[in-house]
Amino acid sequence: MRTTSEAPIAEPQSVNRSAGAEQRGARSSPRSGDATTPVAGVEVDGLGHSFGELEVIERVDLRVQPGEVLGVVGPSGCGKSTLLELISGLREPTAGEISVHGEVDSAARLQSCAYMPQRDLLLPWLSAIDNAALALRNRGASRSASRREAHPLFERFGLAGFERTRPAELSGGMRQRIAFLRTLLAGKPVLLLDEPFASLDAITRAEMQEWLAEALAAESRTVILVSHDVEEALYLSDRVIVFGPRPTRAVGELAAPAPRARPRTEIVTSAEFTAARERALEALSRRPR
Amino acid sequence: MKRWLPPIVIVVVLLGLWQLAASLDVIANALNIEPFLVPSPSEIAQSLWADRSLLLDNGWVTLQEVLAGFALSVVAGVAFAVVLHLSPMLRRAFYPLLIASQTVPIVVIAPILVVWLGFGIGPKLVIIALICFFPITVNTLDGLRSVDPDLLKMMRTLDASRMQTFRRVEGPSALPYFFSGAKIAVAVAVIGAVFGEWAGSSSGLGHLIQQASAQLQTARTFAAVVVLSALAIVLFGLLAVIERRVAWWGPRSTRTP
Repeated sequence: MRTTSEAPIAEPQSVNRSAGAEQRGARSSPRSGDATTPVAGVEVDGLGHSFGELEVIERVDLRVQPGEVLGVVGPSGCGKSTLLELISGLREPTAGEISVHGEVDSAARLQSCAYMPQRDLLLPWLSAIDNAALALRNRGASRSASRREAHPLFERFGLAGFERTRPAELSGGMRQRIAFLRTLLAGKPVLLLDEPFASLDAITRAEMQEWLAEALAAESRTVILVSHDVEEALYLSDRVIVFGPRPTRAVGELAAPAPRARPRTEIVTSAEFTAARERALEALSRRPR
Repeated sequence: MKRWLPPIVIVVVLLGLWQLAASLDVIANALNIEPFLVPSPSEIAQSLWADRSLLLDNGWVTLQEVLAGFALSVVAGVAFAVVLHLSPMLRRAFYPLLIASQTVPIVVIAPILVVWLGFGIGPKLVIIALICFFPITVNTLDGLRSVDPDLLKMMRTLDASRMQTFRRVEGPSALPYFFSGAKIAVAVAVIGAVFGEWAGSSSGLGHLIQQASAQLQTARTFAAVVVLSALAIVLFGLLAVIERRVAWWGPRSTRTP
């Protein structure tokens, strides 16, 4: 199962690249934009990572424009989560360079990236709003000030009335929303979302994807969304990169076919979307020789 | 109420059998001793009432020792656990010593402590603290170390300082573990107090037990033991109530969806 680095498997960086960027530009302009959070781009050059002897990422190059939503799909265990940890500055890569908002240093990257892990990781001893406002508290805001700041987001994202609820009393979908608000309230220009809905059932998942699409449309953040679900990535992103099995490298790239904010069922059943999904699945199934 | 029925039934049945055996001299005959050496539950109950002021005064002395010694070991144990948690170097250095402290036989060290610290409350506090320290420190340290590593990562991406991570994540995570240790500690603290009083004192339930059994007042001895047990049960229950109020999320709940 070892891949060889010879012979490029697909045309990773070429397909639809410019088209994707254009489409994104057209789409991001109507976003309401949060003036306090600057937008920042992410650049990844020649990134490689190994855990001891185990090579997880062979070579990854990425350019994410400020305000763009980039989807990353790949088989499980291909190092998608590791990629996000590397970008966020939680880990140092063993090869290559990552720059977020022009900063290469890992401590500076940590300042610009908010990382939403797969599990919601809500603190059971804090209410929903105190969980969401955790970053504000860490930056020195008082409890009441941080609640005041978090409150409007509860209203805006359909969570009004749940501010004082304990995480244990919330459904999986609700918990995931609170976790997303916590990521949002960290106030970082770059959001790194690691399979945010992997733990949810199919129906809740579809609801949450629609919810997240709206949330992302309302916030001008640069987003890298990791998923093992092609449909989810295509629906939520401007552009999707397909990763091969470990050790990871990109095996394909495609522009998402339609703007995100329309009703989900309408989009995911369109001919354009189905074609894109097929291309992505085809890239995923390509076996490296 | 259903919850309390099984223990009540068991205790009543056992007391009834004991009462029967004692009043028919079954135990005394079997052991080939004088019947007055085997008190029946009713005689112990009589002693509990007749000696109530004696038991109350000495119980109060023991309670003070237990509370002070327990408080001392909570403060020292938690502080020590936090220091060992924050410094891996100190943890490696002190952990073997911590275990070694548990192998010191209290019965042996108690008389030495009396020689060093006199007949007052001093040696009792040291003995109780020595016994309680271990379960509190080890449990609290385990709690601090068992924090979900993903939570720590998350706190880093949310700009938390080391102290904020400790206060908001590690501390609360360790709280249920601390309470498990404290509940064990408070039960054995009572034994520690008795050891301390045996080694040298002029009051306390341990002292009373020693005197009563030397004078073959077996009913009074048992009455003092009953008071001791009641003390331990009440303290344990008190801690359980505090735990439910302070650390209501319970252990491992960070992992339940």
